[in-house]
Order: sequence, then C-alpha cells, then structure tokens
Amino acid sequence: MTPLERTIRFRRCQDAAFQVLGASLTVVALLVLGALVLDLAKTGLGRLSWSFLTSFPSRKAEQAGIASAIVGSFYVMIVTAFTAIPLGVAAGVYLEEYSRRNWFTAAIEINIANLAGVPSIVYGLMALSLFVYTFGLGESILAGGLTLALLILPIVIVATREALRSIPLHIREAAYAMGATRWQVVRHHLLPYSTGGIATGVIIALSRAIGETAPLITIGALTFIAFLPPTPLTPRPEEDGGGLYGPFEWLDSGFTVLPIQMFNWVSRPGEAFLANAAAAGIVLIVATLGLNALAIVVRSRMRRRIRW
Amino acid sequence: MVTAGLGTMDCPDAQQVEVREAALREAWAAWPEVASGRHAPPPIKADVRSLSFWYGKVQAVKSVSIPIADRRVTALIGPSGCGKTTLLRCFNRMHDLYRNTRYEGQIVLHPSGTDIIDRRVNPIEMRMRIGMVFQKPNPFPKSIFENVAFGLRMKGVRGRSEIADRVEAAIKAAALWDEVSDRLRKPAYDLSGGQQQRLCIARALATEPEMVLFDEPTSALDPVATARIEELVQSLKERVTVLIVTHNMQQAGRVSDFTAFMYLGEMVEFDRTEKVFQNPGKQLTEQYISGRFG
Amino acid sequence: MVQPRESAQAATPVERPVPRADAAAALRVRRAIVDRAMQGVLALAAASSIAVTLGIVYILISESVPFFRAVGLKDFLTDTMWTPQFAVPRYGIVPLLTGTLVTTMVALAVALPVGTIIAIWLSEFAPARLRETVKPVLELLAAVPTVVYGYFALLFVTPLLQRLWPGLPTFNMLGAGLVMGVMIIPYVSSLSEDAMRAVPMLLREGSFAVGGNKIVTATRVVFPAALSGIAAAYVLGISRAVGETMIVAVAAGQQPLIVDPARPLDALNPGQPGATITAFIVSVSLGDVQHGEIGYQAIFAAGLTLFVATLGFNVAGYLLRKRFRQAY
Repeated sequence: MTPLERTIRFRRCQDAAFQVLGASLTVVALLVLGALVLDLAKTGLGRLSWSFLTSFPSRKAEQAGIASAIVGSFYVMIVTAFTAIPLGVAAGVYLEEYSRRNWFTAAIEINIANLAGVPSIVYGLMALSLFVYTFGLGESILAGGLTLALLILPIVIVATREALRSIPLHIREAAYAMGATRWQVVRHHLLPYSTGGIATGVIIALSRAIGETAPLITIGALTFIAFLPPTPLTPRPEEDGGGLYGPFEWLDSGFTVLPIQMFNWVSRPGEAFLANAAAAGIVLIVATLGLNALAIVVRSRMRRRIRW
Repeated sequence: MVTAGLGTMDCPDAQQVEVREAALREAWAAWPEVASGRHAPPPIKADVRSLSFWYGKVQAVKSVSIPIADRRVTALIGPSGCGKTTLLRCFNRMHDLYRNTRYEGQIVLHPSGTDIIDRRVNPIEMRMRIGMVFQKPNPFPKSIFENVAFGLRMKGVRGRSEIADRVEAAIKAAALWDEVSDRLRKPAYDLSGGQQQRLCIARALATEPEMVLFDEPTSALDPVATARIEELVQSLKERVTVLIVTHNMQQAGRVSDFTAFMYLGEMVEFDRTEKVFQNPGKQLTEQYISGRFG
Repeated sequence: MVQPRESAQAATPVERPVPRADAAAALRVRRAIVDRAMQGVLALAAASSIAVTLGIVYILISESVPFFRAVGLKDFLTDTMWTPQFAVPRYGIVPLLTGTLVTTMVALAVALPVGTIIAIWLSEFAPARLRETVKPVLELLAAVPTVVYGYFALLFVTPLLQRLWPGLPTFNMLGAGLVMGVMIIPYVSSLSEDAMRAVPMLLREGSFAVGGNKIVTATRVVFPAALSGIAAAYVLGISRAVGETMIVAVAAGQQPLIVDPARPLDALNPGQPGATITAFIVSVSLGDVQHGEIGYQAIFAAGLTLFVATLGFNVAGYLLRKRFRQAY
C-alpha cells in the first residue's frame, strides 16, 4: 500500500471507531436510566398497593403509606401553579413584547439566567427567612408553594418568551394593522397562539417542582406527617372548635411532599423502609415522566393545529 | 454514446481507455476548427459519459456527456436550476455527504482511468485529487497557515519544513503571498472577503490536485476582488484543469476556453467559448446568451 | 337662475346627528388607558424577577452578618474544621467546600467527556431520525427527581462499587459523584449539540472538499467553531453540579470531611463520606435549630458562599451563550 492509501484507510477506521464509541456511550447512558427504573421496580413494585397509597406514615414499615405526601404534593402544586403561571407569563409577555433593548432589559435577562441556575436550596433559605419568619406564614403549604413558584418562575418566563418568539412577524403586523393596541394584540392574538408552547413549558416546570426536595426541607416541611391538611368546607372536629373548615385554612397547614417522604425512608437505617422508599420513588417517577409525556403530547398537538 | 449504470462497468482497463481516446479524437477531429488544422485537439482530463444524477425522485442532471480538456478552463453556464452546480459537485463526490442522492454514468479521469463516481472509488481520495472552491469564502476558524496546511495534513504529509514550503507555494500560486507573508499565524477571519476567497483557492491548491472545481467563486465578491480572482483562474491553467460554474456570462466569456450550456438538467451545447458566444449552434443557447431569458 | 349655495344652507338648517367621531374618540381613550395599565402590570411582573434576586441577596447577607461577626471572615474561609457540635465549635468552610469540590470533580469527570462525545456523535455522525429520537430520551435523564437518584446512588451504585473496592464505606462521594455526573450528561450534550449544529454546512464542506473525514472535520473544524456554545454548556454543567443537594445528601453522607492540614490531599479522596455545602444546609434544616441561633445563621453563611459561587458560573454561561448565538 502506498502511504496515501494507508492514510486513507486510517481515516476510514477513525470514523468507524468513533461511530462505535459515540453509539455505545449513548447506549450506556440510557442503560443507566433503565437500571434505575428496574432497580426501583424490583424493590418497590411489590409494595405498591391501594393501602400504600392511602395510609399515613407509621413507625411500622408495613403499615406506612404516602397518603399525606401525595395530598401535600397536590396542594403545594396548586399554590405553585396559581402563583408561577400568572407571574411568569406576565413577565414573559412584558419582556418579549413591551420592553425595549436597553440596559435595564439586559439586566433583567442576565438576572433571569442567573435565577435559573441558583441552587434550589438557596431558594429554600430565602423562603425560610422571608416567608416563614418575616411574613409569618409559618411552615405551611402556602410558604412551600410560594417557594417552589419562585423556583420555577424562570422556566415559565423563558418558555413564554420562546413561545411568543415563534409567532411570525406577519401575524403580528396583520393584527396591528387592524388598529389594535398592543394589549389587544397580546390578548386576542399572541397569547392564544402561544398557549401550546406556554403550556408545554409550564408542565415541564411543574414536573420539576414535584421532584423538589431541598427547598421544602429547608422551610420546615416535616418528614413525619400523620394527618391531611384540612379540606375546605369539611367538618372540623369538636375539640378544635367544631363547624366547618374555611376555604383557605389548608394553606396554613403543616405538610409533607412525596420526595421528602422518600428521603425520610431512605435515611432510615435498616432494610425495612427501603421497599417503601422504592415504591414512593416509583410513584414519583410515574408522576414526573407522566407530566413530561403530557408536555410532549401537548406540544405535538399544538404543532399540528397551527400552521403558519 | 456509451451508457453504463452504476457499478455495472468495471474501471476501464488500458485497452478500453485507448479505444475511448481514439473515439474522442475522432469526435474532436470533426470540429471545423480542428479539421481545418487551426487548433490541435487538447488532451482530455475528465471524460463525462452519460452522467445522470437524482435528488430523491427528481432528476437534476440528465445524461450529460462532455469532455473536460486538460489544463484548460471549462465553464458551465445556464439559468438557475439547470443543474450546473449539481454536475460540478459530482466531480468530487460532494453529494455523498447527503442522503437520497444517486449517480448514474461515469466520469473517467485520465490518465489513470479511474471512474470518479464508481462506488468502489474512495471519495476522500477523489477530494485530495480534485479540489473545490465554494461560492462563499469558507476559511476554517484557524490561522492562515493552518487553513492551507489542513489538506496536506489530511494527506499525511508530516515534515514541518515540507509543509511550510508547500503552504508558501500554494499561497503564492493564489496570488496572496505578498499580503499575508508577515501574518501567517493570524486568524483567517481577519482577511477581507476577496482575500479569504484567495485563501480558499490556496487551500485547494496545496494538495497539488489534478483539477480544481470553482462553484461561482466571485458571486459574493466586489468587482475589484472579482477581477483579481478571474486573473488568478486564468493563471492556474498552466498547472491544473479548471472547471468553473458561473452565473455571469460575461465572466465565462472572459475566463474560459470551453463553455458548456445547460438547461433544465440537459447539456444543450458544448464548444469552444468563442463559438458558443459568437455563433452558437442551438437557438436556446442564442436566446440565453442574448438575455432573452435567464 | 342659480341660487348661491350659502343662502340655501342658511335657509334650511339641517339637524345633524351626534358625530360618530366622539364615540370613537371615547373608545380610543379607554383602550389607551387599558393598554397603559396592562403595560404597568406586566412591567411589575417582570420587575418581580429582580425583586427575587434582591430578596435572595439581602436575606443571605443580612442573616449571615451576625454569623460573620461571631466567627470572622478569615476564620470562616481558612479554618479546616467544621464542628458546630463541639464544646468549642469551629466554623471553617474548607471541609464543606472540599466536599463540594470532590463531588463536582467526580461528576464532571463523567459528564464532560461523555456529554461531549455524545454531542459530537449526535451532531456529526448519527442520522437525523435517530438523533430526533435519542435527544428527548437523553433529556429524560435530567428529569428524574434528584432524591430518586440519591436512592439509586446509595442502594445500587455503591454496592456495585463495593464489589470492586471492598473497603468502600456505605456513604461515599464517589457513588454520589458518578450518579450526579450521569444526571448532568444531558445538560452538556444538548447544549453542545445545539451549538455544533448551528455551525453552517459550508464550513464542513470546506473540510470535506480538502480530503477530511468526519471525525477530523468534527474535531478540528466544527468543535472550534462552536466553542463558545460548548463552553456555555460546560459552565452550566459545573453550576448544576455545585448546586446539587439531594444526591449528595442521601449518598455521600452528612458528615463533613476531616481536613488534616498536615496531609491536605487526603481529603480529596472520593472514597470516603463527605458533606457538601448543600448537604450541610439540609442536615441542619432537618434538626432542631432555633431562629437566631448561630447554627441557624451558619446555614445562611453557607448559602451565601454557594450563591456567590454559582453566580459566577451562571453569568459566565449566559455571556458565552450570547456570544455563540451572535456568531451565527
């Protein structure tokens, strides 16, 4: 073989070798995910049952369940969603449609980029001092929900901006050409068209919030909660005063969430609670992956409906 | 004309090459200019035989057969979408980088007799022997020196002094040496558009190719830079065969020895440049030249 | 005879209806007010993001001021022992910082090379359909709740590692770091791949035209051209690793490292338990620390350190991303 032929043969081998390397590393990464799911299933699937989902935590592993954790997660998500969605979408609309390119807007953009990268536990610290103590909200669902809302706010803002950015210029110009004010264009055209993209971003943000543990531990979500927050307009027990619970008393209640419950069980020495932890992990993963899948479905539905 | 499907004809052996050469000499001899003795038939560098090309189901080049003369400039002209760039990119197997592409026919290189588009022929080797200059200057994000040296390193050239010598020779051949000799290690992006394009020409020349393909090399440049590149292309004739696609008819007239006019994927007319421009044989050619459509 | 028009008009005054211009004007004014009001509301929402940052900074600083007054900045930064429980408590952040450093290093040793190779493969080698299928699945790695990763690191990865190294303690920074690395892979690979795909095909063709093959084109032409985007991806990965809490809290233990000034490099061994800054904050929050005590203030001092560290990375990442977007 001439030297040139050798060089060319070497170059082809290089390409083939890298193909193998790249593909195998990708497979390995995905295998790790698979191993995680399988390991959880192996340990925890047996423990999953209706009684597990509806029991409170207990010192006896076989009797412990995630009822309070699920309900707590649900209530906290409600507060988070009701806070983060309006605030985040409004901020995103302002930054994308109203603000001009000056130093102030650039400062806000850098700020949001930083907030997206601030460790979640720092949000917990801020919430501990501000919400729990200064505002006097205590270690409550309201405080927890607000904390997570601030945490996912940057995600919602960025998702809103991206969704608005994807609306082509000629649609906006057509709306303005009809004599509409900026708010009217936003309200009647831009927001409706970008709902799909915004919804996708919100769902992904909420799926992140469901899995958050550290900030809620920091503000004092307890790890052993054997009660449910008071459902609005249900009877209050006699010893607490009788009558009905008000519509907002649940906000004030102590709580726990699913990831914290799992953390608590993992931290216990001994084998007994590991199955519980694994089962809780399965529920968590199903919820998270379910939400991610929902986001993908929403995104592809929206793509099909709107054709620019 | 000889037709051959992909892979059904072997790389021509020496005897077949000779037969083909003889047939071509006959064809050349039929030309009035050659018959009258005023011009000797030039040797063939690349013989395009019934070349067809498909993007998916769309046939972009329809059975084109032309001879590319050795160490002359051949121009491909025609309106947008006629297939001239597609034809050009067959020569260095650029289409192999993309999916859903199919070649048919042959491009036979002389004197080696290699069929460029035979699947068994390695495209990397082809690209070392046939260089390309693109429409927009595309220097690498490296120094001027490293840009030109890149092809040499691909070929496996190692000695530092050998690389330095060949880089200098290539930059000189591209008429760029005086402007960059003192800043070879500076980034290529510092150069102006025209200088970058000459750098790309130097890069193509560094591997001492047999043929250089130019794909509308001056369409992104100003008239002064364009004039310099046209001068350069003419000067390259002595060492390499040039095949140039151009949208600019006047440029084809200034720069080339032979001109091929394509329309909608077909080769309409191929002849010496003076003949195509002053006395075209086909009416379609005449209409294009005179600007009746474009 | 022709009548002058004036007299005709003067003779017959016409009852004109209420001009429509007035009603239209009123509507326009109302709409303008609404538009202005909404602009104000939306601006407030945008400004709230600044309020959040200001809030974080103010709270972190103000809550840790008493701590720094008691402990002293110099001692905080240079003392090699973190022992709040001792009779004579010491508050040096070096052990926690080292814990963060070691786990981050292990994670990056996995995520950076693997993420980059996967990105190059996806961008330059894999066929488009495969890429579109693999990318979202890879991003699922980042969607798994971190406490689940912590479980995985403690109960699957560590036993596996213990088979290779029998002396490995149950809580160790190696297992936690490796799992953290796997979690960060999609952060690195997705952003890097986006950066590389943004490099125009023309540049690649220039390399192929001169005899280059795929891997040479990818590493010597595409990678340098996409460098600022890839650097942004790396920085994002670092920031994520530094801020991670639950994986290390579960699997690396909550005991701060013992940093022996005589043998400092011992602390860098990942085969031992070591609390990170984040794990420390969690461990305090789980216990009974009263508002106003030095233990409470210590977590704010730790949080402040964390915030400053990630702030640097986040801003750097943002600026790098802007540079990469502008290039193309």
